[in-house]
Amino acid sequence: MSNGPTSPVRGTPPSPEPPNEGMRGPHYTCPVRLRLEIALARLAGRLSRLAARGGGTTIPGKLLAAVDPGGVGRLAARLPRGAALVSATNGKTTSTAMVAEILGRDTRLAHNAAGANLVSGVASALLAAPGAELGLFEVDEAAFPEVARRVRPHAVLLGNLFRDQLDRYGELEIVAERWRGAIDALPEDATVVANADDPRLADLVRSRARAVRFGLDDPSVARDQVPHAADSTYCVVCGTPYVYAAPYVGHLGDYRCPAGHDERPPLDVAARSIVLEGLERTEFDLVTPSGTRRISLALAGLYNVYNAVAAASLALSLGAPLDAIVDGLERFEAAFGRFERIRTGDRTVLMLLVKNPAGANEAIRTLVDGRPPAVAVIALNDEIADGRDVSWIWDVDFEPLGASLDRLVATGSRAQELALRFKYGGLDPDRIEVVPALERALDRGLELTPAGGELCVLPTYTAMLALRRVAADRGLVRPYWETTSAEAVGGRS
Amino acid sequence: MRVVVGHLYPDYLNIYADRGNMAVLAGRAAWRGIELEIRPIGMGDPLRPGEHDLLYVGGGQDREQALVAPDLAARADALEEALAGGAAALAVCGGYQLFGRFYRDRAGVELPGAGVFDLETIAGERRMIGDVLLECELEPGERRTVAGFENHAGRTILGPGARPLGRVVAGFGNDGESGFEGCRRGRALGTYLHGPLFPRNPWLADWLLAQALGHALGGEPPELAPLPDELEREAHEVSAERARARGGRFD
Repeated sequence: MSNGPTSPVRGTPPSPEPPNEGMRGPHYTCPVRLRLEIALARLAGRLSRLAARGGGTTIPGKLLAAVDPGGVGRLAARLPRGAALVSATNGKTTSTAMVAEILGRDTRLAHNAAGANLVSGVASALLAAPGAELGLFEVDEAAFPEVARRVRPHAVLLGNLFRDQLDRYGELEIVAERWRGAIDALPEDATVVANADDPRLADLVRSRARAVRFGLDDPSVARDQVPHAADSTYCVVCGTPYVYAAPYVGHLGDYRCPAGHDERPPLDVAARSIVLEGLERTEFDLVTPSGTRRISLALAGLYNVYNAVAAASLALSLGAPLDAIVDGLERFEAAFGRFERIRTGDRTVLMLLVKNPAGANEAIRTLVDGRPPAVAVIALNDEIADGRDVSWIWDVDFEPLGASLDRLVATGSRAQELALRFKYGGLDPDRIEVVPALERALDRGLELTPAGGELCVLPTYTAMLALRRVAADRGLVRPYWETTSAEAVGGRS
Repeated sequence: MRVVVGHLYPDYLNIYADRGNMAVLAGRAAWRGIELEIRPIGMGDPLRPGEHDLLYVGGGQDREQALVAPDLAARADALEEALAGGAAALAVCGGYQLFGRFYRDRAGVELPGAGVFDLETIAGERRMIGDVLLECELEPGERRTVAGFENHAGRTILGPGARPLGRVVAGFGNDGESGFEGCRRGRALGTYLHGPLFPRNPWLADWLLAQALGHALGGEPPELAPLPDELEREAHEVSAERARARGGRFD
């Protein structure tokens, strides 16, 4: 693609400086109006934090977007090495953070690491990193077309499309068609990195010259069958159900149309010889055009192999050397709330964000295969960022988890609905405790966890933020907006 | 006692967690010692009238809905015969639309329906999305509420011979204007409400289960033994409260 290889950069590393300092650096010249807007927007972010409204991660961007809708594009246009966008239903925060880990040592990044992934979040990240060379943004699926139009990325990573928050995103087909429009509108020299194991995404890049297709290539870790909640299992050409040589995660896998209209394309970048090691590690061969390397990832779960291969593919297309990719992936630790371990006294909380059937199924599969928990706290909220429609929990295969539980603490604003999910899933109601208040539920879960033990907490998005806030108030973690090098998070993922 | 449920197109129409409805039916039957068998009816599979005590069809995305519509429409006579024989039915969201006469999309293209219900559906400009609360009177004098979630672009207009399932207390309902939701024809119900429907409205699951038993036993629906439904009642209350607080309405 048009950005050269990652060049080592001398000078200030990306982010030790607080995100809200004024602009600096001689390279940063900008018109008076934009400069005023930027200063104003940053001030708003600081005020938001002072007022304890949260990370203040989207306020500056919202303000900029309000006073000057074209400002985002102009800020992005200043990035000497352009911008890369990452979108997906699941894993975009993690895979973007992996790319940041790979590139961040040598490149000054503007990165919305806190997960604020609408136009305003991208604007905020740009405002917070005035000296950035490269923009690296995770983008909400619905916001992707608009962000792509404004930011004009040099590279795009499309990770997957699963059924998610139908009340917010609408039907999968609609999201896919909007993505198609956005991809087709990109300049020819922009690289599109797509998950070839997802039939819809493979279809989006079918005739694109500058495309990188990645996927998994190890039937030994495939599922026996495509799970209940799978989408996109019908041929994009003729509607016949795909036949899977290897289904890996949801509908992602090695598929072909029995009528011969479609099949998974050859992979440019792949994971082979995958070894899943409990809840601690995953190993695989990363096969790329530049060579094959063994990767040891400090994350569990096949879905994290997808995230890693996706990140490697994007980093390659941005010019990163294979060594840097291997090092970055092996250094990587969980993004906040995504397989995050939090120590509290002599116990550990293992927090796994769940927000849709495909992601929840993988989280559960990883837990059950690794170390089936006896106690779990599951938090179901129904704010906009969680999805107001909670019906998705009935599409999640919770049963394998229910089978190992001595005690379930159901919490969140829809705790009763979650409890019903387990009751009708076969868990003895006597084993279910309904504790709607999140903090009380967390404490109850810890109480039920033996000393030295690990408590599994599976929250939806706003519940995850709230629980992390509890942990931050207790001094167990840093607030999410301080966890990352660039200005950290807010918004949804 | 044994009840046979025919689940139409579970591979295609399952978008709003329809299997949650199946799980609730199965659980509530089992706890009362009733055997419940769910038989999937896929595309092209035979539908033999009389074989099923309850027919169920769920919702799907536009693409899946278009794929099954001709197959379902071709079953109009078999469905008619099944219902005339006293089988119960529940059609949710997309399935509800396809139980009507037709669905016309924004481009004017029509999907054929099975014509079980005297209604038609025309795609509108804005989707109707949100929590819903209904008041129903399935048995004379017994007013009950149904709480759920709706998400549909189609405006459903009931024909002169059609009765609604209920009155909208909060939310959009069939078309966002009439104040009515769903359709009822004897033991057959159609509704936009998912969530899914049964977990937080166990009385409605029981009503349909009793109708299905009536068909299985060849008589009136029996009284079902009550179950401990405290959790269900609480879930219903939370859902109803959501609808009152933020149920959809046109500005």
